Amino acid sequence: MRFGVVRFPGSCDEVDALMACRRFADAEILWHGDRDLGGVDAVVIPGGFSYGDYLRVGAIARFSPVMDAVSEHALAGGPVLGICNGFQVLCEAGLLPGALLPNAGLRFLCRQVDVEVVNSGTPFTRACATGDTLSIPVKHTTGRYYAPEEALREMEAHGQIILRYAEGRNPNGSVADIAGVANRSKNVMGLMPHPEHAVDSLTGSEDGGCLFRSLIDHVEEKNIERGHHPPSQPDDIKGGHRPPLQPPAARPAEARA
Amino acid sequence: MKARVLIHPKEGILDPQGQAVERALPALGFEGVENVRIGRLVELDVPDTSRLHEMCERLLANPLIEDYEVQVIEQ
Repeated sequence: MRFGVVRFPGSCDEVDALMACRRFADAEILWHGDRDLGGVDAVVIPGGFSYGDYLRVGAIARFSPVMDAVSEHALAGGPVLGICNGFQVLCEAGLLPGALLPNAGLRFLCRQVDVEVVNSGTPFTRACATGDTLSIPVKHTTGRYYAPEEALREMEAHGQIILRYAEGRNPNGSVADIAGVANRSKNVMGLMPHPEHAVDSLTGSEDGGCLFRSLIDHVEEKNIERGHHPPSQPDDIKGGHRPPLQPPAARPAEARA
Repeated sequence: MKARVLIHPKEGILDPQGQAVERALPALGFEGVENVRIGRLVELDVPDTSRLHEMCERLLANPLIEDYEVQVIEQ
């Protein structure tokens, strides 16, 4: 199981995302100019300020060469997780419904929030239970999720609302307390909270790990269905990343790629 | 040809920037100002104006959350 974490000019959470993925599986950085995904099983679009947030958040990043490959991967059913700016990019790219607007309070928010798992029947949440509360930080200025009423009803009907801020704790004015949504086929998910910052008790919570573990379970199950076995042997031979706790600094060549 | 595109939040969408400015104006003695909405202005030179709406729909505005108005300034 290998994650690919996209790095755009202006991304800033790609190293944390890479480290979070490597706690659980193999992972590499994908450059925004890449036209293919190098065979990764799942794509993570990390947080940050891709292309300086020019015009609108996420508006320019979606024209990156790598986004064509990400769209193809998504249309073929491959999992794509967008975190914060990644969520904004996926909405602008039309891979997720809705849009993100400036926080209702206009302030930059940086705090730990409780989010409720609304649907645990997705590749991103299957290691959690519906109703679980996850403690994950948010840090954003443009995190107010919006979708028109009719779209919201449809999303609700199809179980596309995956995470909500705990009751009375909506930090940014998101419609219906929405913190994370998926596309209709549930292989593309975006969320404003940062699960990659919540994988180690040292930083206050390990609850974000549930999303990465879910994805790994999903991919490995799919691989077995297709008759591909998890590449545990090759991983061991080349040094292995399971369980990986090395900081990416130990792999500078790849991190710079 | 010179054109201008005015982009603003769709009606009904909360515009906290507009609200903040609306609250600030009375402090300077400008009373009675309502419905302040803050948007963006894009100026551009184009070879012809036929594709301006398409540009707005596909990039300059996000039609889900924003309305836009195209003004041709110089033919």
